[in-house]
Amino acid sequence: MNTISLAVTDSSTMLRRNLLRMRRYPSMTLLLIGLPILFLLLFVYVFGGTLGAGLSGVAVGADSRAEYLTYVTPAILLMAAASAAQGTAISVAMDRTEGIFARFRTMAISPSSVLTGHVLGSVIQSLLAMGALLGVSVLLGFRPDASPLGWLALFCLLTFTAFALTWLCVAFGLVSESVETASNLPMFLVILPFLSSGFVPVDSMPAGLAWFAEHQPFTPIIETVRGLFTGNADTATALIAVGWCALIALVGYLWSRKLYRRDPTR
Amino acid sequence: MTSPRPISIETAGLSKAFGDHTVLDGIDLTVAAGTIFALLGPNGAGKTTTVNILSTLVHADGGTARVAGHDIDRDGSAVRAAIGVTGQFSAIDGLLTGQENLRLMADLHHLGRAEGRRQADALLQRFDLQDVAGKPAMTYSGGMKRKLDLAMTLMGAPEVIFLDEPTSGLDPRSRRGLWDIVRGLVADGVTIMLTTQYLDEADQLADRIAVLDNGRIVAEGTPAELKRRVPGGTIVLHLNDAAGLDAAARVFPDGTGDNDALTLSLSAGGDIPAIRSVLDRLERSAVTASHLEVTSPGLDDVFLALTGPGARKVAL
Repeated sequence: MNTISLAVTDSSTMLRRNLLRMRRYPSMTLLLIGLPILFLLLFVYVFGGTLGAGLSGVAVGADSRAEYLTYVTPAILLMAAASAAQGTAISVAMDRTEGIFARFRTMAISPSSVLTGHVLGSVIQSLLAMGALLGVSVLLGFRPDASPLGWLALFCLLTFTAFALTWLCVAFGLVSESVETASNLPMFLVILPFLSSGFVPVDSMPAGLAWFAEHQPFTPIIETVRGLFTGNADTATALIAVGWCALIALVGYLWSRKLYRRDPTR
Repeated sequence: MTSPRPISIETAGLSKAFGDHTVLDGIDLTVAAGTIFALLGPNGAGKTTTVNILSTLVHADGGTARVAGHDIDRDGSAVRAAIGVTGQFSAIDGLLTGQENLRLMADLHHLGRAEGRRQADALLQRFDLQDVAGKPAMTYSGGMKRKLDLAMTLMGAPEVIFLDEPTSGLDPRSRRGLWDIVRGLVADGVTIMLTTQYLDEADQLADRIAVLDNGRIVAEGTPAELKRRVPGGTIVLHLNDAAGLDAAARVFPDGTGDNDALTLSLSAGGDIPAIRSVLDRLERSAVTASHLEVTSPGLDDVFLALTGPGARKVAL
């Protein structure tokens, strides 16, 4: 078998393993799906009335909540992707501490397949979580205005974002000495959307914070998602978003590969 | 010692340091195919590091090694294709069932669906795990986990198997069960390198033993050869009462007394002249011993004599 077909065969075997693990341990997947939905309800029904009114100038009430639902859905989608990626760090760290990583490393399998299996499984988990969230958002009255091509672009961008965040979290899982550390390290990814244009417009923030929000990766990604939903995405912003994803994915992948090849500490 | 069998594992001057700490300091080993080779030593002697290097998990700092005919540095993937490793920590997926764990291994060995299922079922049967085959592996007892771990190692029929402390933490019955399995493997022509800190385990299983201490091999040979290397045995005198023990202890100040058992152990060697000399001295000092027991040296004596602080170096 040549290198490529070996990598494909072994990666799909590892993906099957990870999907089986998700089925055996459904509480993790349910949490990853449920928590963003809870956040959506919280932000729309608790904060949404006032925030929506502040954003659009309509009177506080059902209308301002609907405004905020449209505004906040992209941000919560990204939070869902970030927390699914956090789950990857945990499962990679579990594998590493349980000794099965060492077994895989002494087998004649494609070296990248172990991590690729984790990444693919997690991206699927992430898409499930984002799909469920979008469904709930539509049930609450969110009416996206995207063209079929816009939907395709949305799917690609969200998948690429999940892919990038997951590779970064694989590295976090590998660099952590314990499962607890692996669960804490990626926490900032879940916090970062708050410091972006996801929940309130950047220009409402104090200057320093606004500068940070303007230049951190989540803002262009959220802006592009928002633009694709309404059918008027800005190409330059979209390119910055894709660039950030590519950079995060590359750093995460190279770092993970280096850590995976490193001698085990025990 | 020459052997007609082909060589399965061969190392020369293998060395490894973690930072300033030297873990392996020039290991030379030769293991004939189809035999069991035991690396015996106390904790931290370098046993696991040796196994990790030979199974391509860790790179050696110096020296060379060939496993199943392949150089571990230049041809790591060929080595990996020929070996099976059961590490100290159970390398099973606790969320998957025993059967799924084995099928995962079959898939990773590219056995094909039908053949993989057949081999998985055969291994479940061989290791007596059919009844729990459909249960998640994390619900297994320690002994069952070890058996599943070993079964996973055997998937794909490896030529050389590394077992790192295969029975640590097992109860005596499971240990014996595992010994039987290991003997069965060698009968099939597999080469096994195992590490252990249990002398009886090495004595029971191994064709040859290397005693490892502080990253160096301090002795190597068959269990019988190693036992011969430690001179003499122990003469144990059984006394009638405490007064008798005191009197005997005065005659043999080097002896080790046991006040409860009323015995005095003398490491005087177990041959006839030694026994005669002990009896003569007893008679001259009019000490009466009820009887006398001679124990031949065990691997325990070898181990204690060769490893740890104050170890004597035995010429090879």
